[in-house]
Amino acid sequence: MFEMVDKNINNLYELDLDILKDPSVGGINYFQGVVRNHNEGKDVKSLEYESYIPMAKKVGQDIVNQAKKKFDIVDAYCIHRTGHLNINDTAVWVITTSHHRKEAYDANQFIIDTVKGEVPIWKKEHYVGLEPEWVACHRCTEHHHERKHSHCNHHGQQ
Amino acid sequence: MKVKVMYFASLRDSASVSHEMIDTELETIDELFESLNNKYSFKIEKKHLRVAINEEYKSFDSKIVNNDTIVFIPPVAGG
Repeated sequence: MFEMVDKNINNLYELDLDILKDPSVGGINYFQGVVRNHNEGKDVKSLEYESYIPMAKKVGQDIVNQAKKKFDIVDAYCIHRTGHLNINDTAVWVITTSHHRKEAYDANQFIIDTVKGEVPIWKKEHYVGLEPEWVACHRCTEHHHERKHSHCNHHGQQ
Repeated sequence: MKVKVMYFASLRDSASVSHEMIDTELETIDELFESLNNKYSFKIEKKHLRVAINEEYKSFDSKIVNNDTIVFIPPVAGG
């Protein structure tokens, strides 16, 4: 399952997820993306995530479905924030469950990398003492190289 | 043809609207983008944008179809 929400998701257990209740799984892999207080040498005080929600839900669900086909996992779940977030707030959770740990790790990384490159979500960072900015993948937009890092999958797909 | 164009992130800042209905005789997404870029002077180069038509990524040479919802997608930054 893939969800986009405009509510605090800092406490995973408050989300009461079915994926965490399956007695058959032997491994649960968690990735938690949180808001850090610096980026590209600037002091970040908060940020906003904006999304083209209907498309983000479709693209995100397709990524989760791809992971379940591609890796030998039991289930996968991803939830991503929109709205205003403060430092240390959780922006994204990716959870993968499997009978054995390697596939859970690999599937988890596949999901977060693909979400970062494909799902229409944008981030505006608010800085200490500077004007806020929409953040793009700095390495992509300024150096024009192609597919040198895994989360920038948008090149060459126009 | 009538199409709906939606703007997000820095493209919305440039256009100063979140969406608009456009009556157009242009044939391709490419032509529509050039026309909108002339109007709004977007701050992102086309080579860094993708386009979504009716919530699916498509190519800039796609033909415009009546009632399409078109979104030019700035580099995404989730996660």
